[in-house]
Amino acid sequence: MSTADTLQGFKRDGRVVIVGASLAGLRAAEALRDEGFTGKLTMIGDELGEPYDRPPLSKQVLTGWVPADGTTLPRRRDIDAEWLLGVPADGLDLANNHVRLADGRTIPFDRMLISTGVRARPWPVEAEAALDGVFVVRTREDAAGLQRAVAAGPSRVLIIGAGFTGSEIASVCRERDIPVTVAELAPSPLVGGLGAMIGEIAADMQRAHGVDLRCGVKVTQLEGDAQGRVRRAHFSDGSAVDADVVVVALGGIRNTEWLRDSGLAVGVWGVACDAGCRAFDLNGLVTDDIFVAGDVARSPNPMYEYRFISLEHWANAVEQAEIAAHNMVSAQADRWPHLSIPTFWSIQFGVNIKSVGVPTYADEVVVTQGSVADHRFVAAYGYHGRVTAAVSFNNAKWLDHYRRLIETAAPFPPPCPTPDQPLDAKPVPVDFPGPTLLAQGATVVVTGHDPGERRVTAMRQHR
Amino acid sequence: MTTTEAPDILPRILDYSNRADPYPLYAELRKTPVALQEDGSYVISTYRELSGILHDPHLSSDVRNLTHPMPAMQERGTPSFINLDPPEHDRMRRLAMRHFGPPHTPGLVTGMEPDLTAIVAGLIDDFAGKQRIDIVDDFAYPFPVTVICHLLGVPREDEPRFHVWVNAIIDSIDYNPKTDPQEKLENGVQATKNLRQYLGGLLELRHGHPGDDLLTRLANDNGPDGRMTDAEIVSTANLLLIAGHETTVNLITNGMLTLLRRPEMLRRLRTEPDLVVPLVEELLRYEPPVHIIPWRAAYSDISVGDTVIPKGSQIMLMLASGSRDPDRFHDPDRFDPDRQDNQHLGFGSGIHLCFGGPMARLETQIALTALVHRLADPTLVTDPPPYRPSPVLRGPIHLLIDQN
Ligand SMILES: Cc1cc2nc3c(=O)[nH]c(=O)nc-3n(C[C@H](O)[C@H](O)[C@H](O)COP(=O)(O)OP(=O)(O)OC[C@H]3O[C@@H](n4cnc5c(N)ncnc54)[C@H](O)[C@@H]3O)c2cc1C
Ligand code: HEM
Repeated sequence: MSTADTLQGFKRDGRVVIVGASLAGLRAAEALRDEGFTGKLTMIGDELGEPYDRPPLSKQVLTGWVPADGTTLPRRRDIDAEWLLGVPADGLDLANNHVRLADGRTIPFDRMLISTGVRARPWPVEAEAALDGVFVVRTREDAAGLQRAVAAGPSRVLIIGAGFTGSEIASVCRERDIPVTVAELAPSPLVGGLGAMIGEIAADMQRAHGVDLRCGVKVTQLEGDAQGRVRRAHFSDGSAVDADVVVVALGGIRNTEWLRDSGLAVGVWGVACDAGCRAFDLNGLVTDDIFVAGDVARSPNPMYEYRFISLEHWANAVEQAEIAAHNMVSAQADRWPHLSIPTFWSIQFGVNIKSVGVPTYADEVVVTQGSVADHRFVAAYGYHGRVTAAVSFNNAKWLDHYRRLIETAAPFPPPCPTPDQPLDAKPVPVDFPGPTLLAQGATVVVTGHDPGERRVTAMRQHR
Repeated sequence: MTTTEAPDILPRILDYSNRADPYPLYAELRKTPVALQEDGSYVISTYRELSGILHDPHLSSDVRNLTHPMPAMQERGTPSFINLDPPEHDRMRRLAMRHFGPPHTPGLVTGMEPDLTAIVAGLIDDFAGKQRIDIVDDFAYPFPVTVICHLLGVPREDEPRFHVWVNAIIDSIDYNPKTDPQEKLENGVQATKNLRQYLGGLLELRHGHPGDDLLTRLANDNGPDGRMTDAEIVSTANLLLIAGHETTVNLITNGMLTLLRRPEMLRRLRTEPDLVVPLVEELLRYEPPVHIIPWRAAYSDISVGDTVIPKGSQIMLMLASGSRDPDRFHDPDRFDPDRQDNQHLGFGSGIHLCFGGPMARLETQIALTALVHRLADPTLVTDPPPYRPSPVLRGPIHLLIDQN
């Protein structure tokens, strides 16, 4: 802290800048005021308009049930902030403690929060991505455009990528009886997040709802017509499908490019921070005045062997924002760790899917309650003999129990039978398709020899 | 955590002489969160342990999973879903909920508001000219009974008939083989048979006749889960009829009692109409109608804290004690409608969470709002009032007040 050197002074009239004015940014701002911060608060965001909620964009907004501009986040309290919207932050100067905006302005701070989230990964071939009828879904504008295209009754929608967002969009289209093809490189939908067993169930669910699901294939080319409208897609197996709407649902890219020269620990995996949301610098030393929250954060979780985990979950963004805000205005001894167990939900094909824990942190999975055939069950995930996650299909009421099992490192598979346990329940390998992030290579190199000299330097690998 | 306790606390809680104020005994009980009783059953009394076990899939509501079920428990015919486990519980609850709430029948409860307001106004109109009123007999009992009869399609004028049966059933819920005459249990079983036969008679007339009441809609259902059997419909109607009126009466009465003991709060409610919403929540925590879930069964070994409750054990859940646990609620013995984060156990928790919660809340909100506005300077005649016998569904049997 440069100007206000005592915590009380900072709380009274310090300066906080929040970069990324969406879910995590807004909730952090509200929590700061709740915590008694009365100083100057500046919100920097590159999107225009009020902060809004994203989960409905692939659900209620697509069905037309809620208009795209109707997902404004409810305000929990007045935050009395200066809003600098429509211009992205372009750099962070830690020597002088200011944020640089793309239009050249510099905004000084005593403490700042990074909550720049994720953007949609675009179709890699720019000319094809620019064709009319090709969509991604991350922003309100994206969703409004796709909603109009879907409402116009296309002859076929092609969805590239069968993660949660892609699967939800497929479900909405099938509800409206629009022909849908889903292309997924992995062996089944949702497999990257939930493993092969749930993936197969999801595949059955999609096919039962009339989705033309093609797994293990890659879309190699999007073809347009003379008017620049998309009309056909070609696959790696040589086949092709005619479609007038294409949704690219290939996950996200973390918005960290603007921090490239900041000296913070950033990479394609996000901005690394400690469990108290304080950012690490390149050397892996924790900083004091820079905090991180939401989809862009990557923090160690003591319940998962202190591994660094990035989560693109709504609840995580809110909880992390509140922890970051608290810690910003607290002395070291009063700081809180972000320890909550992750939760996630999705609605697709009439099924409410919910998870607790980190399903990717598992080697085995077993159905513990209910019936897979009825799409009403709970599956527990285990790693080295303890419960690490659980996923429910239309059975969310039980997840609180599994959260406790995770918190207490209870044995896996759960030893005692329950009334609604499938008779043939046996743990099976969880089977995720490869550790993709590790394969992306190093992001730093170490220099120096003596302990006092050793430092790491960033390798320019941003994409 | 030890599993033995001073052996006489539970009997003292069940003893009628402590009905008016069991709360100090609950505090004693909480010193042993999971207490093994002499007869091998377990009593759970702390918030953390209660909310944990209510979400534990190893906890069964089906009497068949008790090593020593009480003899007559199983003779009551098709169990209703409050006494079933998944998947049967889930299926029947889903079938019933189709006609009671979202997503299939979303507006039912809010749509009842004008009717509820009118019934309440009618009952209070009848207070005119009376100086002494019994809040129970003149108001808190007839109101929810009228509502649930209307909802189910049970003729209101039959109330004197089923009132006797319902009383005998409630009386037998907390039957204790050691201290109670066998007759108490047999009366309950016989009353259940009578009530079910009566409801079965009503149901027979419904088949093939369209209509808006719940019995008719259940009889003529054809959703994705199919239709309940007639025996299942009867058991469900039986459950709703009892749950729908032997609980709300206590919440309304406890509400008036609590307000009359705090005249400043009563005045505040007159001037701040929105207060009634958090106030009813606080009542569900502070003076809940359902104090105890008298038995549940360990389907297999259940870990609660560091106690393992063996398979087949009988487990008693002290909900009202959990809602007064100082480890969960700040200053728990203070009635404070402004309390934040009031996750009380008044409606239970987990998959058996009260089915009628939204309706009970609305009934009580409307009732208390009308009473505080229309009673002129009400005062309590006796404090504490006389209580009903049951330690499980606990509330005053009469609540006499004077108005000017
Ligand atoms: C279609 C969709 C469906 C979803 N469904 C679910 C769901 O069902 N369940 C669930 O748990 N989660 C869901 N999520 C995820 C959830 O929405 C995110 O976890 C949440 O939005 C994260 O909030 P955030 O504030 O961290 O990031 P974001 O919401 O991504 O906000 C980051 C903000 O920072 C801005 N920004 C980026 N770079 C800069 C810069 N340099 N300068 C200024 N501003 C910048 C961005 O434009 C954006 O406004 C869904 C997401 C999407 C897109
Ligand atoms: C203030 C009033 C009420 C209170 C305090 C109350 C309390 C409770 C409690 C604690 C349970 C859980 C029982 C258990 O876990 O075994 C429950 C279940 C239930 N209640 Fe209520 N209740 C009230 C009113 C109602 C009303 C008005 C109805 C019906 C219209 C109703 C219908 C039910 C049903 C059907 C169940 C069983 C749910 C299941 O097993 O899934 N209740 N109630």
